[in-house]
Amino acid sequence: MKPVMKTVMTRESLVDRHLGFVQALREAGLPVSLAEGLDAAGALTVIDLADRNTLREAYAATLVKRPSYRPGFDMLFDLWFPPVISDGTGADPDADPDRDTGERRDRAADLEHAEIPELRDRLADLLMDDPDDPAFREFARAMVERFGRVQAAAGRQSWFSFAVIRALSPETLTARLLGRMLTERGGLPEKIARQRISRNIARFQEEVATDVRRRIAEESGIEKIARSTVKPPIDRIDFLRVTKAELAQLRREVYPLARRLATRLTIRNRLGRRGRLDFRRTVRASLSTGGVPLTTRLRPKRPHKPELVVLCDASDSVSTFSHFTLLLTFALREQFTKVRAFAFVDTVDEITKMFAPGTDVIDAISRMAQEADITRFGRTNYGNVFERFAERYADAVGPKTSLLILGDARSNYQAPALDTLKRIAGRARHAYWLNPEPRAQWDTGDSVATGYGSVVPMYECRNVAQLAEFIETLK
Amino acid sequence: MWFASPDEVRERLAAVDYLADDGITTSVFLAGALGKPLLTEGPAGVGKTQLAKAVAAATGARLIRLQCYEGLDEARALYEWNYKKQLLRIQADDDAWDDIFSEEFLLERPLLKAIRSDEPTVLLIDETDKADVEVEGLLLEILSDYQITIPELGTIVAARTPYVVLTSNATRELSEALKRRCLYLHLDYPTPERERDIVLAQVPGLPASIAEQLARTVAALRVLELKKSPSIAETIDWARTLLALGRTELDETVIGQTLGVVLKHNSDQARAAKELGLPARS
Repeated sequence: MKPVMKTVMTRESLVDRHLGFVQALREAGLPVSLAEGLDAAGALTVIDLADRNTLREAYAATLVKRPSYRPGFDMLFDLWFPPVISDGTGADPDADPDRDTGERRDRAADLEHAEIPELRDRLADLLMDDPDDPAFREFARAMVERFGRVQAAAGRQSWFSFAVIRALSPETLTARLLGRMLTERGGLPEKIARQRISRNIARFQEEVATDVRRRIAEESGIEKIARSTVKPPIDRIDFLRVTKAELAQLRREVYPLARRLATRLTIRNRLGRRGRLDFRRTVRASLSTGGVPLTTRLRPKRPHKPELVVLCDASDSVSTFSHFTLLLTFALREQFTKVRAFAFVDTVDEITKMFAPGTDVIDAISRMAQEADITRFGRTNYGNVFERFAERYADAVGPKTSLLILGDARSNYQAPALDTLKRIAGRARHAYWLNPEPRAQWDTGDSVATGYGSVVPMYECRNVAQLAEFIETLK
Repeated sequence: MWFASPDEVRERLAAVDYLADDGITTSVFLAGALGKPLLTEGPAGVGKTQLAKAVAAATGARLIRLQCYEGLDEARALYEWNYKKQLLRIQADDDAWDDIFSEEFLLERPLLKAIRSDEPTVLLIDETDKADVEVEGLLLEILSDYQITIPELGTIVAARTPYVVLTSNATRELSEALKRRCLYLHLDYPTPERERDIVLAQVPGLPASIAEQLARTVAALRVLELKKSPSIAETIDWARTLLALGRTELDETVIGQTLGVVLKHNSDQARAAKELGLPARS
């Protein structure tokens, strides 16, 4: 499918494009209902279609109702409503209309022939400026045109962003830019300047990647590229396959999540307000209705204070998962009065103190790795862990406790100590096991998922969405 | 019609000192043009409530506010019968049984007031996520059809479609049914460039160079993994603080001394001091 300029779009092609876009969003996992699609279509009739930013925001306002869907939406929007098309017929609708087109053509020709040092100078200038300037995107596009074409196979060429980035290597401009921004190095100003530079460089790489995707889409169809590039929203990303950048993003999800869980739990507690009749307050209330007790007042129910004991696998195989759950434990600590946390690899140690409220969570995690006595031979051994736990911390689990075990139940073919776990879980009010592995992989290899699952109910917990779902069932 | 185009939204909001970006102008315009409620979600202090106030101020409409909280119910959100008056009427007149459910005995609460208002009205439903789930059900009829059904009186249809803005801090997920009926606007922390302009608009008399430094510093703070990132409101407070202290330069010492204005947790302050290399606080 060839992208069509919106300005020359007929009504039919606009409707087709709209339907195709909505369909693509649904395929990417965005829940777009029929009513919302109609809203978006309605919005198209009142806005200026030639203004691409307005079009994008109009679609976003009507179809994207959750911030975690926005990156995927933006990516698809760029594919379905590209800002330019490659054969040079379309002018960039984002560009300043007042600017002389002749001048722009000159500059474009300039970019086609300029030497690499010259181009790097220009990139340095752009990185100093506001990245929202249309010239920034124009430059990225010209660079893809010039460097992005790579011979993929005999007789087939494709577009790649690494070729562009390698040719210009924007990262190596940092020192030069710092020199231009600051009179003296060091301290806070340098930190801030560095951050600004790396933000703009990331933005440049993003623009390049967007343009590369657009070109690929032009050559081999939108559907194909859309399927391979649109990543699942952050709350659906698998804990075990998370990248470093995504982990940082996940960390930001933790506090809202913990707060949400805490409010959820308190709301649950307050539901069913049918306590005993509060006679005094009922009579007092009846005075305003002339002694007729129109409304009855009930005593509030005595709140149940949940205690939480978390046993967390800290071995390397589940490190990203445990990293996340430790953060969650930490966040929960600030919401609940009594949370005790234990970490283990092949023996177990209490880490509650390291996660005291007010300490820095990142520090706490690195401290845990160094100080806590959780490793003997470095291979996960659930059996030994449960034995040691029962021996040393038997008092931690009582009739008011909810016990939460986090781990993949892979015990390296050691004895699982099921009886011990049964004893521990039996003393707790509730016990749950969260397993970050997909259910299909349970019981394969050294996994004892079903064995442990028969003692402690086991839940699949592969992403934030599943975790949130689980905690809503928590009592 | 509330606004003629997104550009007009930008101009008129700017006239009341609210600087909007493309996302805001487009959704504010669409909410008026399509007659749909606008749900704004985002962290605390990014100007969600302020947006509703700005829309009201820019259009000269009346602002009716419903503040949500846990335990909010029909009687405080929609309407209530004036029991005392009804009782008195019955005591005074034995035949009054039939006409104690009429206009005279109806107490208007914000939602009903907004629906029945003859003049242009902006209805702000603030912190929707704080209310119980049941309240959302209550809102559905109002938000989709702009009408309220009172069993004793019948259905009251809006005389004039109010401009509805809902805000939420996302402490809980709002129901799909509610979200489907609304246009959605996610307000996030602004880019340093926009934040600088906001600070300059809100704090007259502040030198532009300080505003620039402030915005960049706050952006640097937001990148750190803090418990509570500084909001726009706090940046503005910070700017006012510096103005009051008569500082013309924002260096490490000044930041160290006034960091409490933007970071309200001890661990956050310690972390910022460490990461940004600020002098330790005495």
